[in-house]
Amino acid sequence: MESVRRRSSGWSIHWGKTLESICLPVAALLFSLLLFGIFCAAVGSNPFEVYGSIYKAAFGSWRSFQNTLIRASPLMLTALCTALPARLGLVIIGNEGALVVGGIGAIAAGLALNSAPSLVVQLSMAIAGLVCGGLWIGAVGALRHYRGVNETISSLLMNYIAIALLNHLVNGPMKDPASLNKPSSYPILDTNMLGVLPGTRIHYGLIYGLVACVIAYILIQRTTFGFAARTAGGNLRAARVAGLPVGKLTMAICFLAGSCAGLAGMVEVAAVHGRANESLNAGYGYSGILVAFIARYNPLAAIVVATLLGGILASGGILQRVHNLPDATVLLFQGVVFLVVMYSESLYGRFEIFKEQSAKIKTERPPAVPV
Amino acid sequence: MSTREVPTRGLLYLRRRQIIRGILATTAFGITSKLVGCSSSPEGSSAGGGDEKPLVIGFLYVGAKDDFGFNQAHAEGAAAIAKLPGVKIVEQANVPETTEAQEAMRNMIEQDGATVLFPTSFGYFDPHILKIAEEFPEVQFFHYGALYQEGKHPKNIGSYFADVDEGQYVAGRVAAATSKKGKLGFVAAKPITPVLRNLNSFMLGALSVKPDIKMQVIFTGDWSLPVKEAEATNSLADQGVDVVSMHVDSPKVVIETAEKRGIFSSGFHTVQSSLAPKGYLTGAAWDFPSIYTQYVEKFKAGQTVIDDSIPHLIRGGMKEKFVKLAPYGAAVSAETQKDADDTQAKLIDGSLYVYKGEIKDNTGKTEIPAGQNLKVTDPALDKMDWLASGVIGNVGG
Amino acid sequence: MAAETIGWWGVPLAIAAGTMRGGTPFLFVSLGECLTEKSGKINLGLEGTLLTGAMSAYAISYLTGSPWLGVITAGVAGMALGLLHAWLTQQPRVNDVAVGIAMIIFGSGVAFFLGKPFIQPSAPQLPTLNLGTWSSIPSVQEVLKISPLFLLGVALAPLMTWFFKSTRWGLLIRAVGDSPDAARAIGISIPKVRMLAIIAGSFLAGIGGASLSLYYPGIWSERISSGQGLMAVALVIFARWQPMQCLYASLLFGGAQALGPALQSVGMTQGYYLFNAAPYILTLAIMILTCSPNRTIFGAPGALGTDS
Repeated sequence: MESVRRRSSGWSIHWGKTLESICLPVAALLFSLLLFGIFCAAVGSNPFEVYGSIYKAAFGSWRSFQNTLIRASPLMLTALCTALPARLGLVIIGNEGALVVGGIGAIAAGLALNSAPSLVVQLSMAIAGLVCGGLWIGAVGALRHYRGVNETISSLLMNYIAIALLNHLVNGPMKDPASLNKPSSYPILDTNMLGVLPGTRIHYGLIYGLVACVIAYILIQRTTFGFAARTAGGNLRAARVAGLPVGKLTMAICFLAGSCAGLAGMVEVAAVHGRANESLNAGYGYSGILVAFIARYNPLAAIVVATLLGGILASGGILQRVHNLPDATVLLFQGVVFLVVMYSESLYGRFEIFKEQSAKIKTERPPAVPV
Repeated sequence: MSTREVPTRGLLYLRRRQIIRGILATTAFGITSKLVGCSSSPEGSSAGGGDEKPLVIGFLYVGAKDDFGFNQAHAEGAAAIAKLPGVKIVEQANVPETTEAQEAMRNMIEQDGATVLFPTSFGYFDPHILKIAEEFPEVQFFHYGALYQEGKHPKNIGSYFADVDEGQYVAGRVAAATSKKGKLGFVAAKPITPVLRNLNSFMLGALSVKPDIKMQVIFTGDWSLPVKEAEATNSLADQGVDVVSMHVDSPKVVIETAEKRGIFSSGFHTVQSSLAPKGYLTGAAWDFPSIYTQYVEKFKAGQTVIDDSIPHLIRGGMKEKFVKLAPYGAAVSAETQKDADDTQAKLIDGSLYVYKGEIKDNTGKTEIPAGQNLKVTDPALDKMDWLASGVIGNVGG
Repeated sequence: MAAETIGWWGVPLAIAAGTMRGGTPFLFVSLGECLTEKSGKINLGLEGTLLTGAMSAYAISYLTGSPWLGVITAGVAGMALGLLHAWLTQQPRVNDVAVGIAMIIFGSGVAFFLGKPFIQPSAPQLPTLNLGTWSSIPSVQEVLKISPLFLLGVALAPLMTWFFKSTRWGLLIRAVGDSPDAARAIGISIPKVRMLAIIAGSFLAGIGGASLSLYYPGIWSERISSGQGLMAVALVIFARWQPMQCLYASLLFGGAQALGPALQSVGMTQGYYLFNAAPYILTLAIMILTCSPNRTIFGAPGALGTDS
């Protein structure tokens, strides 16, 4: 009787799927905590105390949650660099490079306009970051479309090229002679720096990240542009036959993706460092790739996943200081969480409890990636 | 959030944990975990100060604290003061120079109750220390590098720096005296001031023995690039260099590669004699146990940097026991050892200067005019951007 | 001694030496990745495998005193990571690039965590074959100190070509990688073949790690690989999935690593950051030149990057 009722209600179909997509990641998370706890026990730490510390350091109080959010904000932006092209069937891992190039563009704009009103400076820096990052990944998209160059590998190579470019610039042409011990560009004026949200220590990068994720979500899920992109991602040949401008779509999506990561670079420059130097290359790009995959390319889910990863990273310190675990522990913890959560992807549709009518509709396959 | 559910499965979990512990204890895994246990310093365990609240001191390192180089040198100092009564240290390694550094400092203050922080990496200063120091005016921050500027930076920041130039000068004399071919080599990370001071003082020492000696420098571009460092050492050996020194994060690769090539090496950061029993000559090493112990004594005497009873800038060389020379290797002749000891004594009593004018750079330009003698602690040297005469290389990126 | 007069000859000499010294890890990882990709799966996680291999080889060599035991252990440790990768990537809806990146984190986490006690001690190194005793120039002698691992890798490349071309197993792997549907139709177990290909590939990557820590540069540190594992993945595409071309490409990349320091040692001191990026720019340039929009790269396994 109950099943009849369920079947008749459209709402419950939705409910079952939603419940599944909440329960599975949570279960995966718990399981990875269990695995990590076993590991901690094996090396002589009390796992329950470790759990307590992780919770305390990441989510335990508003003060520590701010730490988590600060770490999460660049990841939201860099995650979009992988998540958006993925809807088109492209696997792009050039996030780090786009972030670095965005940072270079932002500092160049910031220095060129140093004396302008701060709003103008900040706006130009943001635009420069967006454009530079966008062009960087846009080039990857163009190579993919016009020359058939594998976008995963080319974007990976472009990371190394971007980092070399940054090092070359801050050690040579852009170097501030006063930065003798840590080669950096000239700094932007303090008044041109992005501030923090009132009453917190979180810089405006978080707002940029949240807004970008929401816009990306609307763009992909609620506009014809997004629909066209998803169609092309689902079946490239069919999209071509249907007359979709695949080339333009590829480049537009890649540009947007790169500009998100570029904006993250701008935030690093304008909110954290005030100048460009090797600290721009801090691994936010690579973490962003994982956030995108775990979030299943959904920009809204990326917010949650980035926050979670921010929390894990925030707990790295306390594991060292309180539990005397080596600094690599947090790396290991991250690895375990990601592997288990990825495995949980394959469990969708396998459990009777969540099975509604929806299970009979073929679940959306991740888009195919031709090489 | 998810941790809340864990205790409900505690019973089941405990049994599993014991079983797995048992299994693991018999495997190689167990061996390594024991080794991990042995190697960790006894920090935190020696509160020993009776009922007094211990002085909590926080250390931040930019890399792993057992890298046989810069970070390890600091960590050895931290381990030394951890043994002192009434001192508790908290440490965090692999802290990048991003917001993470700020958060790590904040956590040490808020969660661990640290009242003194030693963020060791150069790049922590601006903007990270400046920001946190402003926020916590009652906490003292001591940064490695002579960056503090009166009036510009918060009062609760102190700088300290060990001027390694004297050590390198002596090491350079030993290198030149031991070299048969008259050609030295230097593997450097980046052309930045501390590295340039280091290699120039090494060269000046060498020039004082053999005025026509040459030194080839190779910049690898980053602090830790093992393959490039090995390639650089090999290239130097191919070019006929027979003593090589370095300024990279971990000198191990350079010293071991030099040993394999049958050339001499002069170390840096810590004592590396064990890596090259045949070719290791000596090397300038930081003496952080001594530096940090000196600081703890000041804290215990009630001095702080906030009320200026600890100077905002403390720097020292051999005389202040901030820098020491590694024991001489087997290849150093008795005569050279005696010369080195004499030189060291003269540097300590102030009758000899490392930077004694006139000093020219490798393009022939006079950098320090004749008659001008600079102490190694002289701030003028913190602007060095040249290579001494006889150095083959270029500081431009 | 002739060493002083070597001068500019040092550059080709350093590159020649670099090809053999620095090329060895590239060679093993790229051959491993080639094997894996031929079966239709990508393993980006070989960076983590390389690190775990380097750490375990060094640790075992130090603990037992036998570097060859270390090499074997590195391979076995690689296989363990490969097993995990193979199992995960063959689950439905799991993307192999994503798992690869998670495996980089996991593998380096394992290597760094367990490797802490082994950073400082010096482990026994693999012996080298000294083929340069005929020369009186020490630099030449040094270049010709060749690691048996390098020779093993060089021998492996034609062997693998033959394996793909002429053996039943090679044919199976190619069939699975090129047209899984056809392979399935004739009754080949795709998961089993891919599992074996990935594990074997990771074994080789683990050995590549051993060559880093036990041959050149011969230490264990957390920065030992600095991206070489990821680079080797790009190298396979550069080499168009041909084992022999993997060999040439590895030599080229190894030589390129030596180029920057060698040029500085003879007085070329400008722009070394850009020199250091040379291998990446070169690979990208060659990919751009050799790819075509109308067809996939010649030699690419058909199923690569799809989820079939």
